[in-house]
Amino acid sequence: MTIICTIAAVQNQLLQFPSDIQTLVNILLYLVFFAFIFYGQKIQMYSMLREVEGSLYKLKYIRDEGRKTAIETIKEIGKPQADPTAQVDRFLEYFMISPQSLDPAGVVWKLEHILDVRDVRLKDEVKLMAPAADETQANNLENTLEAAMALNYIYKAIRHYYLLGKKTYSLYVIMQIQMILPMIMREAEAYASALKAFAYGQPIGDGAGALVAARLMHGHETKKLPKDCVVATVPFEGRTAFVIKAEGPGGNVGRPGDAIKTVIEENEGKIANVIMIDAALKLEGEELGEIAEGIGAAIGGPGVDQYKIEDSLLKYRIPINAVIIKEDIGDAVSPMRKEIFDAADKAIERIKQVVLERSKEGDKIIIAGVGNSIGIGQ
Amino acid sequence: MGENRSGPPRISPFSLMVILAALALSLLALVFSVSVFEENADAAWILLLMGVVGVAMSTYVLLQTRKRLAKMRIVIPPVMTTIECKKCGFKNVREFQRGDFVFKELEPCQKCNDKMLITAIYKEVKEKERQRFPF
Repeated sequence: MTIICTIAAVQNQLLQFPSDIQTLVNILLYLVFFAFIFYGQKIQMYSMLREVEGSLYKLKYIRDEGRKTAIETIKEIGKPQADPTAQVDRFLEYFMISPQSLDPAGVVWKLEHILDVRDVRLKDEVKLMAPAADETQANNLENTLEAAMALNYIYKAIRHYYLLGKKTYSLYVIMQIQMILPMIMREAEAYASALKAFAYGQPIGDGAGALVAARLMHGHETKKLPKDCVVATVPFEGRTAFVIKAEGPGGNVGRPGDAIKTVIEENEGKIANVIMIDAALKLEGEELGEIAEGIGAAIGGPGVDQYKIEDSLLKYRIPINAVIIKEDIGDAVSPMRKEIFDAADKAIERIKQVVLERSKEGDKIIIAGVGNSIGIGQ
Repeated sequence: MGENRSGPPRISPFSLMVILAALALSLLALVFSVSVFEENADAAWILLLMGVVGVAMSTYVLLQTRKRLAKMRIVIPPVMTTIECKKCGFKNVREFQRGDFVFKELEPCQKCNDKMLITAIYKEVKEKERQRFPF
C-alpha cells in the first residue's frame, strides 16, 4: 500500500513538473525510440554477445578444471618423474584428420587405419605421462584426457565464433552460435562430470550395454577377442549364447565389429541371430532407462564397427536385432544413474523375449553389449 | 567422495566494489531526499526516484552476479557402491572408492565368511520437481 502511494505521489509530482522538464522527457523518449529503430540490431547483437560471453566464462572454467583434474590424476596414479603439465597441454591440442572421401570406395578401411594410429599414439603418450599406471588405469587416464580434450575444443570453438562475431560485427555469425549454445553447454557440462568418472574409474551411462553383457557372462569363463573385447559362452534359454563386451574394468569400448566378425567366422556363419544392446539418446519427454527394441546394428562411433558387423551379417544372411536403453547425452558420459543401472534387468528380460521369439532351442546366438566398460568387470 | 562441488569462482573485487559504491550512493540519495524535502520538494522527489532506482538496480546486479556464479558450479552427486554376499544375501551400500568396479570380489562376508561382490555402482540424482506437461 505504501509503495502504491509513493508511486502515485511521484507521478503527481512529475505531472506538476515545469514544461521544460516535460519537453526534456519527451526528447529523451524520442531519442530512445530512434535509437531502437536505427541501432536495434546492434543492441540485439550486444545482448547476444553478452550471453555468449557469459557461457564462454563458464566454458573456460570447466576447461581449466578439466585440465587440472587430468594433471592431478596423472600425478596421483602415474607417478611421473617430471611435471606432466606440458605433455598434457600438448595432448589437449591433438587432432585427427579424417580420410579423403571424394572417392568413397575403401574409405572405411582408411578411416579404420587412421583410428588405429590415433589409438596407438594416445596409448603411447599416456604410458609416457604415467609410467606407473597399470593397463586399467592407463585406459581410464586415456578417457580422462580425451574428455579434457573435448572440453578444450568446445571452449576454443565457441571462443572463435565469439571473437569472429565481435570482429566482424556480423549478427549472423553471433546468432548461429547463440542459437546452439544451450545444447553445447549441456554437452560441456556432461563432459565435465565425465572427467571425474573417468579419473576415478566409475561406470558411465554409455556402459549400459556392457553392463547387460557383464551380467549375462558373469560366472562363466571368458576368452579374449581381437581388439580389446571378451566373449563368454553362456547357456541361455536353451540356446548357446556368445556374449560379447569390451574388456573391463578399464575405460575401453573395444572393437565390437572385429569381435562379432571373429565369432561368426569361428562358427562358420551358423549363428541364428545377433542381438546388440547399447545406450541410445532419448528424446525429451521420454523416460530415462526406457527400453526399446528394433532392427539393425546398435552401435555408435565413427561407423567402422557398424560397417564390419553389417558386412559379416550380410555374408551369412544372419538376422540382427537391437535393444536400446534410453538416456540423454549428460547421462551417457557421467557416472551411471540408478535408473540406468536398474534398466539392465529390464533389458535382459527383453533379450530373453527376443531370443525366444526369434530363435529355436539349440541355436547359437550372439549377444553383444556395446559401450564403454569403465568400472564394469566381467 | 561425497557430493562433489568444484571450487566456485568468486565475484571480482572490482565488480563488488562498483556494485557496493552504487548501492551506497543510492542510499545516500534516499537520505538526502528526506533531508531536503522541506526546502525543495521537487529535488527531494528526484533524489527519491534516483535512490529507489539505484538501490533496486544495484541489488538486482548483485543477485544476478551471485546467481551466475552459482550456475558455474558443477555439482556431482555421490556415487554409491553396493556390495553383496551371494551366499547369505548380506548387502552393504557405501560410497564409491577408487578401484571399485562391478563384479569385483572383495573381503569375506561378515556373516558367512564367503567372498563379497560389488554388484552395483551408481549415482542417485534427486530430480527437481518437474514441470508437468499434458503430453
